Amino acid sequence: MAEIRGKIFGIAGPTVIATGMTGAKMNTVCLVGNDGLLGEIIRIRGDRATLQVYEETGGLTAGEDVVTYGKPLNVVLGPGLLTNIYDGIQRPLYQIRATGTDFMERGIKVATLDMEKVWQFSPLKKKGDEVEPGTILGTVPETERITHKVMVPPGIRGKIKDIKSSTASGKEPLCVLEDGTEIGLYQEWPVRRSRPFKEKLPPETPFITGQRVFDTLLPVAEGGTAIVPGGFGTGKTVVEQTIAKFSRSDIVIYVGCGERGNEMTDMLTEFPKLKDPDTGLPLNLRTVIIVNTSNMPVAAREASIFTGVTIAEYFRDMGYRVSLLADSISRWAEALREISSRLEEMPGEEGFPPYLATSLGSFYERSGKVRCLGDDGRIGSITIISAVSPPGGDFSEPVTQSALRFAGALWALDPDLAYRRHFPAVNWQTSFSLYYSELADWFDREVSPEMIKFRTRLFKLLQRQNELKEIIQIIGIEALQEGDRLTLEVANMAREVFLKQSAYSETDAFNSYEKQFRMLNVIFAFLDNAEAALKRGVYIETLIDSPLRTEVLKLQNYTNEGFAPRAEELIEKIEGEFGTIEEK
Amino acid sequence: MDLITKQYKTINAITGPLVLAENLIGAKLGEMCVVELTTGEKRNGQILSIEGDKAVIQVLEGTSAIDSKTSIVAPLGQTARVGISMDMFGRIFNGFGKPIDGLPEIIPEKYMEITGLPMNPAAREKPDFFIQTGISAIDGLNTLVRGQKLPIFSGAGLPANELAIQIVRQAKVSEAADFAVILGAMGITSREAFFFRKSLLEIGTLERTVAFINQASDPTIERLFTPRIALTTAEYLAFEKGYHVMVVLTDMTAYCEALREIGIAREEIPGRRSYPGYMYTDLATLYERAGRLEGRKGSITLMPILTMPDDDITHPIPDLTGYITEGQIVLGRGLHRKGIYPPIDVMPCLSRLMNLGIGKGKTREGHRALADQLYSAYARGIDVRRLVAIVGEEGLTELDRKYLHFAEEFERRFIGQGNIERTIDETLDLGLSLLSILPERETIGLRAKKG
Ligand SMILES: Nc1ncnc2c1ncn2[C@@H]1O[C@H](COP(=O)(O)OP(=O)(O)OP(=O)(O)O)[C@@H](O)[C@H]1O
Ligand SMILES: [Mg+2]
Repeated sequence: MAEIRGKIFGIAGPTVIATGMTGAKMNTVCLVGNDGLLGEIIRIRGDRATLQVYEETGGLTAGEDVVTYGKPLNVVLGPGLLTNIYDGIQRPLYQIRATGTDFMERGIKVATLDMEKVWQFSPLKKKGDEVEPGTILGTVPETERITHKVMVPPGIRGKIKDIKSSTASGKEPLCVLEDGTEIGLYQEWPVRRSRPFKEKLPPETPFITGQRVFDTLLPVAEGGTAIVPGGFGTGKTVVEQTIAKFSRSDIVIYVGCGERGNEMTDMLTEFPKLKDPDTGLPLNLRTVIIVNTSNMPVAAREASIFTGVTIAEYFRDMGYRVSLLADSISRWAEALREISSRLEEMPGEEGFPPYLATSLGSFYERSGKVRCLGDDGRIGSITIISAVSPPGGDFSEPVTQSALRFAGALWALDPDLAYRRHFPAVNWQTSFSLYYSELADWFDREVSPEMIKFRTRLFKLLQRQNELKEIIQIIGIEALQEGDRLTLEVANMAREVFLKQSAYSETDAFNSYEKQFRMLNVIFAFLDNAEAALKRGVYIETLIDSPLRTEVLKLQNYTNEGFAPRAEELIEKIEGEFGTIEEK
Repeated sequence: MDLITKQYKTINAITGPLVLAENLIGAKLGEMCVVELTTGEKRNGQILSIEGDKAVIQVLEGTSAIDSKTSIVAPLGQTARVGISMDMFGRIFNGFGKPIDGLPEIIPEKYMEITGLPMNPAAREKPDFFIQTGISAIDGLNTLVRGQKLPIFSGAGLPANELAIQIVRQAKVSEAADFAVILGAMGITSREAFFFRKSLLEIGTLERTVAFINQASDPTIERLFTPRIALTTAEYLAFEKGYHVMVVLTDMTAYCEALREIGIAREEIPGRRSYPGYMYTDLATLYERAGRLEGRKGSITLMPILTMPDDDITHPIPDLTGYITEGQIVLGRGLHRKGIYPPIDVMPCLSRLMNLGIGKGKTREGHRALADQLYSAYARGIDVRRLVAIVGEEGLTELDRKYLHFAEEFERRFIGQGNIERTIDETLDLGLSLLSILPERETIGLRAKKG
């Protein structure tokens, strides 16, 4: 499309109205003003176009030029994404810094990916091969951890006329088809359009987070979605970051959407030093960070989650298990609200535009486990775990409620638990997982047929504890039956040792299912044997003051590897001691 | 800034603190203007939005006596900037950067835009340097580090200013030679203004202090500029001159009210409790200016103080602040009534950067575990206290009684340290000795780490 050149007419916050834009298309990108700030057309009326501008608009003057070439807001996809950090519209932050400024100046222009860089390329297809959308042409060792698969972009098929044999870069085509179509090492894709796949697959394997309270009580399926709402300081970011570190993912896309700069610095400095539990390789090798902090332009914040999910889809298409962590969806919604209010649209609940849920859906629906395009039937997935920051910690507000419609699991964080430093501060009563029944077979098969029983028992134990606490409020603890006191004690033990999990503990930050299962095994062995002893007439104090209790509480200190023997040993000890004490 | 280029007699409408001017050709968003009255009085204005040749201008000193016939609008050709130099140390300015201490204007070394630019997240340096504030509830439980933004949530009549001054005084010691203090005060009473001047003088930090004071009787809209000017000065001192700057902003509640006033005058769709929907983003453009930059020596540590209306922590002002800052120090009326100073209600307090600043080589090994243990013991003590209110002390077990006793002692001795200063070792030792009120089985693995 030819160039259309209009003029700035109005400026209000992040939006600009341009006149003389006849022929411009919705959702295409413009260069705004003398500095060529990036903007996107979000409304057209006659010859006027309203743009959301992705950079600070302060200093713009009416009458400056607005130019569009009719291209949508795209991301650039290809090797070099991993280990990198981008802003909400995929401008590379390290490279911006390399231009000599520590601040986000306006109008900075830097290439997203290095087109000059020469990569090792190992072709998997040769001259004469038929290819279709998604066919893997060859691979590039992007990082030590991840092999980048160069795919035929959607919409292209044909017979290979020529393909690179050992190296490739962005400067020349990597493959040419007989009809003359050129396929490059890099491709572009519009952020607001989902990338195609063959079919969606049902969720039947868990997405393993390594966090006991999630994996055991509230699992999310691979390809599913979980939302993590909670007031400030309840631990949303730590949940997101812990999952970014320890989850069983091939690729992690972390979107810091309208949150803090220091949190990103933390990840940037820590990830290269931390090891992924699967491979032992540094975490940054599998990670792409998108960050648009709270003080960066709001329009780019709005775009950031779509930039993130598009990059996630690209890696999913290679057949990888991708996790997309978004912190926080509420900040995205607020950006949407701010832009909508500048457009003077009719506001819905709490000033959010009426299309809030629809827009949110267009993000969450890009999660899923799919059979990818291509001829090899490979499977890839995107699991989306997003934080929600409800005003005043009140979940009845529109963003939490809209997000709930798309969430397969709710991990509700509770300030009361956070105040007590019970982390992760997950309220096990209000949280839920809709995936449990679909995952049941997997648990039976891969963990133990007893796993589900243990889970149910744990829920019951916690429930009973709550009831007992209410009773104590009325009659005092001394009036409680001995059996109930034991229940209380063991429930406390379960909370301390099983539900609490420090994100900072070297031995405990990541738990295999084996460790989770065996921990429950020990706790219930303690309960069963203590109950039996109580029946035989042993004093309750003897049981709850037993040194064995302390040993159970120390279980977190054992690593995944050393856990099974330790658990067995402890169960034997419990059986031995509780089985033989006689009293009264 | 008095370089008037073009003048327009074009005021078309006036509402609240805003005027609508027409025929302003080539006006920039955010540009400063002078509004001149027939009396010759000049006021400061800033362009908030532009539509064709019309512009909405907020007038800092208010619009009273401005009229649409004779008042003149003169755009100044540039966005809001402040002249800065090292001579600002020891000086007191109004909320718009003009001296109010009777001394002449400073000769600026340079002019800086007061809105500042967002730091590139990839250029930030991790804040991990422990600042000893001398206050146990902070150092021991909610440690402050250089480059952190840690607000004080106060309530009407609670001693937040006193606490802030005490922190500044005591932190000065651990920060030593490169320490600088910036005070940005918005809408404070003359009594408070007097208190700040006197205290800064007394603690001997005045020569390392720059104060910007907008009093309750000063123009409301000026309050929107005060924290930005303060932070711009801080950026200069920290990132160009290598100072470790502590910025105290008080009272953010007055700032937010000014923001609301503009929002309402612009007939924007109001958000919660009629504060603007973009208040989160607006506050973030202030708070996020705290931090450190890789390869530069200085740092900006930010301590905003706000008054929670009706002591309500879910009110949008504390709520949005808490969502942006790296924790919060909350003052409690209950403790204050009991005569405990500082009345820090530790349960809702948090320092998110604590872990980076503590531990071996910084404070002490086992600091985290000790803090966690103190927290859970105090939480349990408070639960018991509630229980006692319902069932009386008779229904308690021996253990519960101990927790109750612990909570009392913890409040009285650990939190209620009074005006004295404690070293981190004193704080941690006290914490450990308080835990010995509880039986050993309750505090697994802590005893051994004493010393
Ligand atoms: N699993 C955990 N282990 C240990 N500490 C934790 C854990 N989760 C949270 N915390 C503590 O709680 C603090 C607050 O957590 P976090 O920053 O994740 O809150 P948040 O919900 O993201 O808040 P905001 O909405 O303001 O961003 C952390 O700094 C940390 O001290
Ligand atoms: Mg967070």
